[in-house]
Amino acid sequence: MKKRIIVVGNGMVGYKFCEKLRNRSAAVEIIVYGEEPRPAYDRVHLSSYFSGSTADDLLMAPATWYSENDIELHTGELVTEINRIDKTIRTHTGRSDRYDYLVLATGSSAFVPSIEGVERDGVFVYRTIEDLNQITEYAQKVKRGAVMGGGLLGLEAAKALLDLGLETHVVEFASRLMPRQIDDAASEILAHKLTQLGITIHTGKSTKKIEGNGKLEGLLFADDTKLDIEMLVISAGIRPRDELAKATLLNVHPRGGIVVDNYMRTTDVNIYAIGEAVVHNNMVYGLVAPGYDMADIVARQITDDTSKQFTGFDMSTKLKLIGVDVGSFGDPFCDATPHIPIVFKNKHKGTYKRINISEDGKYLLGGILIGDASQYNILHQMVMNKMILPENPETLIVGGGGKVNDEAAGVKGLPDTAQICSCENITKGALVEQITSGGVKSLDEIKKSTKACTGCGGCTPMVNDLLKITLQSLGHTIKKSLCEHFNYTRQELYDIIKVKGIKSYDQLLNTHGAGDGCEVCKPAVASLMSSIWNELVVSQDTIQDSNDRYLANIQRGGTYSVVPRIAGGEITPQKLSAIGRIAEKYNLYTKITGGQRIDMFGAHMDQLPDIWEELIAEGFESGHAYGKALRTIKSCVGSTWCRYGVQDSVSFAVYVEDRYKGLRAPHKLKGAVSGCIRECAEAQSKDFGIIATDKGWNLYVCGNGGARPQHAKLLVTDVDTETCIRYIDRFLMFYIKTADPLTRTATWLNKMEGGLEYLYDVIVNDSLGIGEELEKDMATLIANYHCEWKKVVEDPKLRAKFKHFINVEETDPTIQYVDMRGQKAPIDWNK
Amino acid sequence: MELHNEIKTFTPAAEGEVSIWFKAARVEDFPENGGACVKYKDMQIAVFNFTRRNEWYACQNLCPHKMQMALSRGMIGSHDSEPKVACPFHKKTFSLKSGDCLNADECSIAVFPVKVEEGFVHIGFTR
Repeated sequence: MKKRIIVVGNGMVGYKFCEKLRNRSAAVEIIVYGEEPRPAYDRVHLSSYFSGSTADDLLMAPATWYSENDIELHTGELVTEINRIDKTIRTHTGRSDRYDYLVLATGSSAFVPSIEGVERDGVFVYRTIEDLNQITEYAQKVKRGAVMGGGLLGLEAAKALLDLGLETHVVEFASRLMPRQIDDAASEILAHKLTQLGITIHTGKSTKKIEGNGKLEGLLFADDTKLDIEMLVISAGIRPRDELAKATLLNVHPRGGIVVDNYMRTTDVNIYAIGEAVVHNNMVYGLVAPGYDMADIVARQITDDTSKQFTGFDMSTKLKLIGVDVGSFGDPFCDATPHIPIVFKNKHKGTYKRINISEDGKYLLGGILIGDASQYNILHQMVMNKMILPENPETLIVGGGGKVNDEAAGVKGLPDTAQICSCENITKGALVEQITSGGVKSLDEIKKSTKACTGCGGCTPMVNDLLKITLQSLGHTIKKSLCEHFNYTRQELYDIIKVKGIKSYDQLLNTHGAGDGCEVCKPAVASLMSSIWNELVVSQDTIQDSNDRYLANIQRGGTYSVVPRIAGGEITPQKLSAIGRIAEKYNLYTKITGGQRIDMFGAHMDQLPDIWEELIAEGFESGHAYGKALRTIKSCVGSTWCRYGVQDSVSFAVYVEDRYKGLRAPHKLKGAVSGCIRECAEAQSKDFGIIATDKGWNLYVCGNGGARPQHAKLLVTDVDTETCIRYIDRFLMFYIKTADPLTRTATWLNKMEGGLEYLYDVIVNDSLGIGEELEKDMATLIANYHCEWKKVVEDPKLRAKFKHFINVEETDPTIQYVDMRGQKAPIDWNK
Repeated sequence: MELHNEIKTFTPAAEGEVSIWFKAARVEDFPENGGACVKYKDMQIAVFNFTRRNEWYACQNLCPHKMQMALSRGMIGSHDSEPKVACPFHKKTFSLKSGDCLNADECSIAVFPVKVEEGFVHIGFTR
């Protein structure tokens, strides 16, 4: 007869146990009882629920997985009783079931300290999707929230509150954040970074009372200080769910947790326990990787493999907390071990790195990384594999200025036995074999065939590097080709087009591509040709994105908007009147844009040439609002009028906008010039931003607003006007040549090996020796500038393209408007 | 959905079902490797000139995603060898052979047969 295994609990570890057991044997019956209403989901990435993941995205496996693998799953059913003599269980619905082996994977619940007032409305824990739903709902009504607990999970919860738009506080009882993983100095740097991101940190605070009248109003601390908040998320640690085991008289630890031996056996040989519900050697393991290891051991036990035991687990961890890298590996403190610490700290940049070296200087014992954990994987491996340290171990953390990515080289040096994926316990050798003999060629394939990177995801960069170097050693080239029609990267196509003098898309497709092209490669090639030759885009109109094809921005309903250039946001009253007159004549809706110009909406396609003819007659030219091109240079009024201004920011902005107008790039480009440190033009949110100083200009690069705002980084300080322009020339041209399609400067820099320092070297130190060439290329583009609309307006053939119907002289009859505050607006999306 | 359903009743299932070949415009009126919009009765038909393949395709001008009269302004291309058009609004792509949406769950679009005779582009309808 088949063995009948009942699993109590359908969390990550319970799920993983099912998967491992089913892989080992088809000849066992597996029945799962889960208390939550949905199948097992990824609790590690729970906070991604706030940034757009759905409950379904988080599932470990779809509900159908269980039936496909012949596993009987009962969700929403809590096991309430175990009868060890009959070997049966009973659930809260009264169902009874028989087992040969019982596996308790009951997990843990959030630990809620017994503080006065903890029952008030507005107090939550951070544990399940249901908790998250409640937090989200409550957060709509309030403005200030706090998280109790500055550990790993607590900081994740703080991020969630921040994402929900709340003023966010973190209250930690210990004197530092993440007391189990990092030391005081590291905590200080981390706290500093988090404060910059808008989270207020309160350490060393013991909460005496949760105050309020029915609902929560604030926290009262033991030192009698107060914090006014409207909601509280408690994340003060976990408490193993051992109540079922306790009621069954299994051995339970006095501080909570089902006691197990090295084989995960409880005091009943037919009952195992795994995951966070368990105490092994006086330790509760609140991470997923050791839980998976326990699951593996029990799956082996049940299928008669006793070779593996649980002997403790490495608790190293690396994660991105609210955008800040945090790593802690091996023994981060070495409190009880003689060691030599090497510490590198840069408070300005928010980085802290500590490594603990054995007294003989031979081995790495552990360490802490804050702000930059790019060396985490290799350092962790050095600890785990007892690798001999290099002669100057400090180079491990200070390195060559972070210029070279030595991670890939690091992976190369690891022994085959090195464990790369600790969640799934996969060694370097196993991964390499998949690539060399398993035919695996991509990260997705390796995830599928080995399950590496599918747990916490922390090993992904290392697996990627391993993939890259192994494929390279096999003679494969890996590259990001543009699409199915061009087996080249954007950068390669740039060189091909330039060197071979290719001027049309068809010519490029004939000589270097295949098929008929698509909506990915056509605009990418169109952009490249503009960035190289700067010829009239409408001469190849059908490869342009719709906006570039019609030199206007398509809007809801199918009409277009018209944006003339208003350099630096400076406009004469005459020109302002002209816009008013023209907008009125063509019945256009007008609005001031974020880039200090005026947008006119609701133009029919066939009206565009007429509107532009009139605008050009009034002295306007195209604003390129439709293109992946330079948009505007925003400016504040500067020293001409402002009593604080130190330089003439408007004149400089007008000059810069005129210089780069019409410049096409991988994505849109925005700039700004501020006349003083008060930064009214918001230059630090632009692709390039200039801020006046009393000695010259500070140049910032690679910022953007949008969905993922990022502040621009300071490139150079106090440079004169000429130098500033030279660096912008180089910077823009280097971006245009090397960025992937539709990549803005911020993302481009984020992906750049060596980051800002490398960029600085290229632009300022001319480390690649291409400075002059970049300036020359920019000069060519500037010399080729033309107003596209002027060309169209003057050419009857080009004008004729602006028609809705090809066979009748009519405009689109389906376009309809409604009135809104005295202007027209398109009707809502027709559903 | 009115516009959408109405147009389907004009759609021939096979070329044999065509009862009207509508003479739309001269070949040279259409852009090369691109599309234009033709008015037939009260309907808008997007017609595409795949110059590279020497092939012509036609479909409804209405994109079913957000009900916009826009497909004729879309970029054309191929996926494997299937000819397709991408809507300029949100880049939903549709096969110009089957009318199926290729990159989302949008409903399919009506496609019409096209022939070129004596320098004129003709589109086939059932009525």
